[in-house]
Amino acid sequence: MDLAAILSILDATIRLSTPLLLACLAGMYSERAGLFDIGLEGKMLAAAFAAGAVAAISGSAWLGLLAGMVVSLGTSLLQGVAAISLKGNQLIAGVAINMLAAGMTTFLGQTWFHQGGRTPPLGEGGRFETITLPFADELAGVPILGPIYADLISGHYILVYIAFIMVAVTWFVLFRTRFGLRLRAVGENPKAVDTAGISVVKLRYQAVIITGLLCGLAGAYFSIAQGSGFGNNMTAGKGYIALAALIFAKWKPVPAMFTCLLFGFLDALQIRLQSAQLFGIEVPVQAIQALPYVLTVVLLAGFIGKAVGPKAGGVPYTKER
Amino acid sequence: MNPQRPETAAASAPASGWAIELEKINKRFGAVHANKDIDLKVASGTIHGIVGENGAGKSTLMSILYGFYTADSGTIRVNGAQHAITDSRHALALGIGMVHQHFMLVDNFTVLENIVLGAEDSGFIKPSLDRARKELDRLEQEYDLEVDPDAVIEDISVGQQQRVEILKALYRGAETLILDEPTGVLTPKEADDLFRVLRTLREQGKTIILITHKLREIMAITDSVSVMRQGEMVATLETAKTSPEEIAELMVGRRVLLQVEKGPANPGKTLLEVQNLIVSDDMGVTRVKDVSFSVRAGEIIGIAGVSGNGQSELLESISGMRDQQAGTVLLNGQPLSLEGDDGAARARVAGLAHVPEDRQRMGLVTTFSEWENAILGYQDSPEYGSGALLDIGAAKKAAASHIELFDVRPANINLKTSLFSGGNQQKIVLAREMERDPDVLVIGQPTRGVDIGAIEFIHKEIIKMRDEGKAILLVSVELDEIRSLADRILVMFDGVIVGEADPATATEGELGLMMAGINNKTAPRGLGIAEQGPLP
Repeated sequence: MDLAAILSILDATIRLSTPLLLACLAGMYSERAGLFDIGLEGKMLAAAFAAGAVAAISGSAWLGLLAGMVVSLGTSLLQGVAAISLKGNQLIAGVAINMLAAGMTTFLGQTWFHQGGRTPPLGEGGRFETITLPFADELAGVPILGPIYADLISGHYILVYIAFIMVAVTWFVLFRTRFGLRLRAVGENPKAVDTAGISVVKLRYQAVIITGLLCGLAGAYFSIAQGSGFGNNMTAGKGYIALAALIFAKWKPVPAMFTCLLFGFLDALQIRLQSAQLFGIEVPVQAIQALPYVLTVVLLAGFIGKAVGPKAGGVPYTKER
Repeated sequence: MNPQRPETAAASAPASGWAIELEKINKRFGAVHANKDIDLKVASGTIHGIVGENGAGKSTLMSILYGFYTADSGTIRVNGAQHAITDSRHALALGIGMVHQHFMLVDNFTVLENIVLGAEDSGFIKPSLDRARKELDRLEQEYDLEVDPDAVIEDISVGQQQRVEILKALYRGAETLILDEPTGVLTPKEADDLFRVLRTLREQGKTIILITHKLREIMAITDSVSVMRQGEMVATLETAKTSPEEIAELMVGRRVLLQVEKGPANPGKTLLEVQNLIVSDDMGVTRVKDVSFSVRAGEIIGIAGVSGNGQSELLESISGMRDQQAGTVLLNGQPLSLEGDDGAARARVAGLAHVPEDRQRMGLVTTFSEWENAILGYQDSPEYGSGALLDIGAAKKAAASHIELFDVRPANINLKTSLFSGGNQQKIVLAREMERDPDVLVIGQPTRGVDIGAIEFIHKEIIKMRDEGKAILLVSVELDEIRSLADRILVMFDGVIVGEADPATATEGELGLMMAGINNKTAPRGLGIAEQGPLP
């Protein structure tokens, strides 16, 4: 395989990892605060639809992004009210969000656009353009490093760069700020936080808000950056893969980035391997497409070791008598 | 002094003034009146004890003072000024700190992070951590409270964790420190260390409120003591002018025998024999290392030791809950097959009853009703039905008789067991096991978290069984309990029985040394303490 082919797979890896990474970081905030978030998928899907719909109508990618984030935030808060204030079961709240998003996006899409649940294809300005970093074209001729910079690092959508910057930001927030200290504490021992005079409920809502905003970015990426318009169930279980990545990375930002890159790489490889031949027989495309998911299961089951999540995860906080 | 006249010690204001004054505090939880018109005055710079049985309202009262609950009515004065304490933050600002019974620490945080949590100086934590490190240095020297600021909580001992809780309160500027049952989780040595620290704190002018149900601690360290019973404050006394007997009577409302009355043992033939037992824990670490002993009919063997030296694994293995690596258990001279998932069931059929250490986790299904728990483990016995069907009538009849014989309150066989108090839960388990008339009874921590009245009852029942000619193996971390019940004491350390003692002659000091792995009679095994020079 030559350098160009390798770069092309790695380039696809970065593009395919981005929504995983954004969703994974989103989940990190709520899970670190002690809220299981199986609803990442639903929030992304809702955001993808909202972004696609608004971008199609307004013709502005930025308005689309804003709409995606607002809708995802609303969905996240809905889940938050169920899980935090009403002390509902967090898994059920998350599953409910996923089902709601799957149903509502198709229904509203069909009602508004009459294209079988799809949003209209985006025109000029409705979709994010890729960004060419400074000197990318000039340096492209430099051997090895030139193509890496020009093809691999430069030339992505803005959301890609935001996702990778968010890794550092998340690390800093979690481990170097007062908010992060309290957030991590509330996921481990909310009672300790309560007795220290800090509101558990407020902290958890703050976490849910951040989760919502980041899921909004992830969802918008599907419909107005990577794709051009929303399609039915276009997140295709990526929210669950992001959750798996979060567990695999043991709820830490930098390992989360590498895990998402790994899953993205498997996805890129899958696309590359389609129509591959094994012993002279063409491997069914479905088998290849299932590969990343199968590998996810294998990795999670076999290599993860003991993943101990935030101790208070999944338990609504009640001041006990 | 007449103990029925309350507040005998609190008549006149002390020279240093009152740190805390509570007046007519009331708190209800639904139908439960947890605090009724409570008055309490605590003098500055003293150690004030609050005693009472479980459910007497001690913790509720302190939670009100600490702002975790708000009182329905009543006034709180701190250093003479009246305050309505709305939340914990407010209490902290007034200089009231609390060390909870279950520590409020984040297990995977460092000591420093735990101390800073909630008391950060700014949005970024680095400056706070730096300041806390310096402050910690100072506090450690002033109060002789040594702890590694960078250690992670889950890696340090329970005693150290408690120090972190105390440091946390001091870091927040606490002048009054409330400690809720602080010694419940400590070894005797750690408890001594804690008391040393508390005395230092008092010397430095801090006020300490100590909630406990251990009378020994009250006598050892407090200046004055308040007694609560069923939500009421029944008396406040000067510690120097009272006695454990008087306090116990005030707590329970009747005379209590603190010393167990028992005649000499009449041991018969050997009923339980353990030979060369080796047991590992869940992690594969060998916790019981070649232990052998025997228990005869009509005697109580007490196994003493600091918690975590293999006693739990020993109990679980003998009762068939945990597989053994090697060794034999003989019941009535017959080898007992304990391997496999139904080992515990076979042990019961053979006549070995077991009261497990942790009644809520192993002794009961707390979401089941009393009658269901009353037959748990014996549900396959013929008297509770045949085939797939349960004879519910027979089970309920047995449950009702248990309740009557063991004075379980409330006497309601349909109540969920989680709603019974600790003492009554323990009685339910004891009744179930004892009423089967087993040859051998194995009991772990019979009175952990049980109030004085129930302890007296449980101890009497155990002695009664012994006098009926049963063999009893008792494991307890309460040395007093072992000393007063056992006819022979075996001390366990690091999985090995390091020595045997006669409770009539052995002193607490001798037993304490053995519990630390040091035995003057037999050579110490598997530890390095002996190499550290001559014994004190």
